[in-house]
Amino acid sequence: MDMKATKKKLGMKERYRVLTRDLGWEPGYQSKEAIFPYVRYEGIKVHDWDKWEDPFRLTMDAYWKYQAEKERKFYAIIDAHAQNNGHLNLTDARYLSALKIFLQAISPGEYAAHKGFARIGREFPGVGTQVACQMQAIDEIRHAQTQIHAMSNYNRYYDGFHAFADARDRIWYTSVARSFFDDAMSAGPFEFMIAIGFSFEYVLTNLLFVPFMSGAAYNGDMATVTFGFSAQSDEARHMTLGLECIKFMLEQDPDNLPIVQGWIDKWFWRGFRVLGLVSTMMDYMLPKRVMSWREAWEIYGVENGGALFRDLARYGIRPPKGWDDAEQAIDHMSHQFMLGLYQWSFGTAFHSWIPSDDDMAWLSAKYPDTFDRHYRPRWAHIKKLKAAGTPFKNYGLARLCQCCQLPCVFTEPGDPTLTCHRETVYKGEKYQFCSDGCKDIFEHEPEKYIQAWLPMPALFSELGGDVAAWMDWVNLRDGADNGDYDGSRDQKHFDEWRGLATSNL
Amino acid sequence: MQIDLRTVSIQPQRNAFDHLVRRFGDKPASRYQEGSYDIQAAENLHYRPTWDPDQQLYDAGITRIAMRDWYALKDPRQFYYSTYTLTRARQQDTTEANFAFVESRGLADRLAPELREAVLRLLVPLRHAAWGANQNNTFVCGYGFGTAFTQPCMYHAMDNLGIAQYLSRLGMMLGDVEALDAGKAAWLDGPAWQPLRRYVEDCMVVRDPFELFVAQNAALDGLLYPLVYARIVDDELSARGASAVAMLTQFMAEWFDETRKWVDAVLKTAAAESDHNREVLQGWMAHWSDRAAAALVPVVELVLGVDADEAVAVQIAAFKARIHKTGISF
Ligand SMILES: [Fe+2]
Ligand SMILES: [Fe+2]
Ligand SMILES: [Zn+2]
Repeated sequence: MDMKATKKKLGMKERYRVLTRDLGWEPGYQSKEAIFPYVRYEGIKVHDWDKWEDPFRLTMDAYWKYQAEKERKFYAIIDAHAQNNGHLNLTDARYLSALKIFLQAISPGEYAAHKGFARIGREFPGVGTQVACQMQAIDEIRHAQTQIHAMSNYNRYYDGFHAFADARDRIWYTSVARSFFDDAMSAGPFEFMIAIGFSFEYVLTNLLFVPFMSGAAYNGDMATVTFGFSAQSDEARHMTLGLECIKFMLEQDPDNLPIVQGWIDKWFWRGFRVLGLVSTMMDYMLPKRVMSWREAWEIYGVENGGALFRDLARYGIRPPKGWDDAEQAIDHMSHQFMLGLYQWSFGTAFHSWIPSDDDMAWLSAKYPDTFDRHYRPRWAHIKKLKAAGTPFKNYGLARLCQCCQLPCVFTEPGDPTLTCHRETVYKGEKYQFCSDGCKDIFEHEPEKYIQAWLPMPALFSELGGDVAAWMDWVNLRDGADNGDYDGSRDQKHFDEWRGLATSNL
Repeated sequence: MQIDLRTVSIQPQRNAFDHLVRRFGDKPASRYQEGSYDIQAAENLHYRPTWDPDQQLYDAGITRIAMRDWYALKDPRQFYYSTYTLTRARQQDTTEANFAFVESRGLADRLAPELREAVLRLLVPLRHAAWGANQNNTFVCGYGFGTAFTQPCMYHAMDNLGIAQYLSRLGMMLGDVEALDAGKAAWLDGPAWQPLRRYVEDCMVVRDPFELFVAQNAALDGLLYPLVYARIVDDELSARGASAVAMLTQFMAEWFDETRKWVDAVLKTAAAESDHNREVLQGWMAHWSDRAAAALVPVVELVLGVDADEAVAVQIAAFKARIHKTGISF
């Protein structure tokens, strides 16, 4: 018999089914409950895992091939960047503050995503879902590693990068991102998927990565541009996975809708708070600006997010509850946050600075309704203090939100003159929040959020408020890593090296 | 902005990240070190898992193995994502060429029918066993402690999936989709496969990551790969005229030789850590390798018939000798 003549040509979809889904089987010696113990307690009902539509069809042979090509290019470029002192192409070393925050707060999130996707890549009972999650798990460790490798060379020349692993676990502002990822990982598999796969990857990732990577490109940071560019096709897969997952949950059972909506509300607000760091970077930390945070929000939040939620409306999903509060915060958050960072800059492993006159002119043009009225006067005051030799420093205890862990520096929706504080009492203890959104999240799961590790109170209870001891503990080098960029070692070194490299002598 | 930079030599301010200097001294670190050491959150974990509040988010206490430093379990291949993917992409090129060679020469079609039957009977159901291995390594990566130990498990899990897919392609090349259906039916109901399927399913409820590592990567695969790919495919079937099949499984044979070095290194370091660890490992190894051997006898019989017992016995002896070198005797 001529086998060739009889061989069936399988379509792409069928071939992929054979190479993935068909590998699984109904267990006979152990119960499904024992093999997949975590898949029911969140209340999500799935009747038929076979209804899962594979968001992308990538077999391992193709995965290795494509990814290896990207890896070859990536390392060739960052090797060259390191060899040729590519860091001297930066517009200015001030720019590095954004990267330092990224390495301390966001790259550990890539690792957490890796770990979390490995867990749900095992815990979901459907093979198609598992394979897609496993591919994301291996991609995310790639992202953590390429980021560390890309920034490794900056660490050799500039302060603030050297202790990122210590900062991740101990310094105060990283717990904003850490608690976000810890929150997602300590949730069940479906909520993790909504938190990271949907809210973070689909709704918020463009607000994080697009401005960040364009900021890098505008400011001569080829290393970051390269890892961002190299991760793009991975992220496209992650986004389609997140979207497929949410549609799958909503199509499986109408009872899933209120649960999913609750998670969307929660994770939108959690994510929005993490993005506070990005807003500051865009409006203040880029020597050469790309667009304002407001403009980025218009494109990636309002337009893209609006389209997404219009699409999901047919399942009964409405836009996240905090959307309007977010919209109101857009014109304020970067200023409020940068003012906070500047006054607490003794405790940050990156530099901040007083915006120059040019910077302030740009800010008032981009924020005509808020900057001149509310924030320029505060910067002017801080500038005066600095000129008088008594720079403004706040060694006081920042009040941190029990949920998002940011200092409570934000104002009331509708009244930018009033700082927003919320409180709740649970089992006789009082807890503080930055917003209604954060308070609601707490009240929905108080037993979870009372466990939060809050870095500021920990400093005072464990180290008795001894700032020097705290700096040792977080591995922050006073006078090098922290404080004002103006007069810093980074500034001195960059100017000197760049002078050497560009002078004709 | 691209400015014209003269080549200047400027003095680096430091050699490496602090956590690497603390581990390896004040010198430049390798990319493996940068991508592996201390990149898992270690302190001030915020919340207990709602899926099991008795655990911490990263919990070294969910296995009976105890390590002062989990990062001691390093991978001798020093695989991080990049070196891993580049290695597999190279192997994939070879595998693709092998498949193309067999296909273009019509070598599969020239196999004697009984030989083709034997190959399908043995290799196709193994795609399900490889899927089980994928599940188990994904678990070890997800719940194990410390990147040095867990990162290779993710790579291993993806390899397991790749192997399941190569076996599926082999099945389709030799016997079309019907061969896969028949293989799955045998995996589900064929008496020869039930002990192995039971073994795999029993592994899927083991929630001690290190025990699972031993049961899957040492005990089961340590016997299965040499028996199936070396003893049966490379020796027996090639001698009977099916060397084309050996070309299609070259990846599996090479992969086993490479990965066992990693498995051995992990076992050796864990066993050398303490008497307690060694005893636990000995217990697991005895238990799971006994079961694995028993489960593999009927599978090997499918091709070797009455010679199966002896083939398995020979392999058990070789496996014991291999594992003894890691300090674990059983
Ligand atoms: Fe990522
Ligand atoms: Fe991602
Ligand atoms: Zn908050």
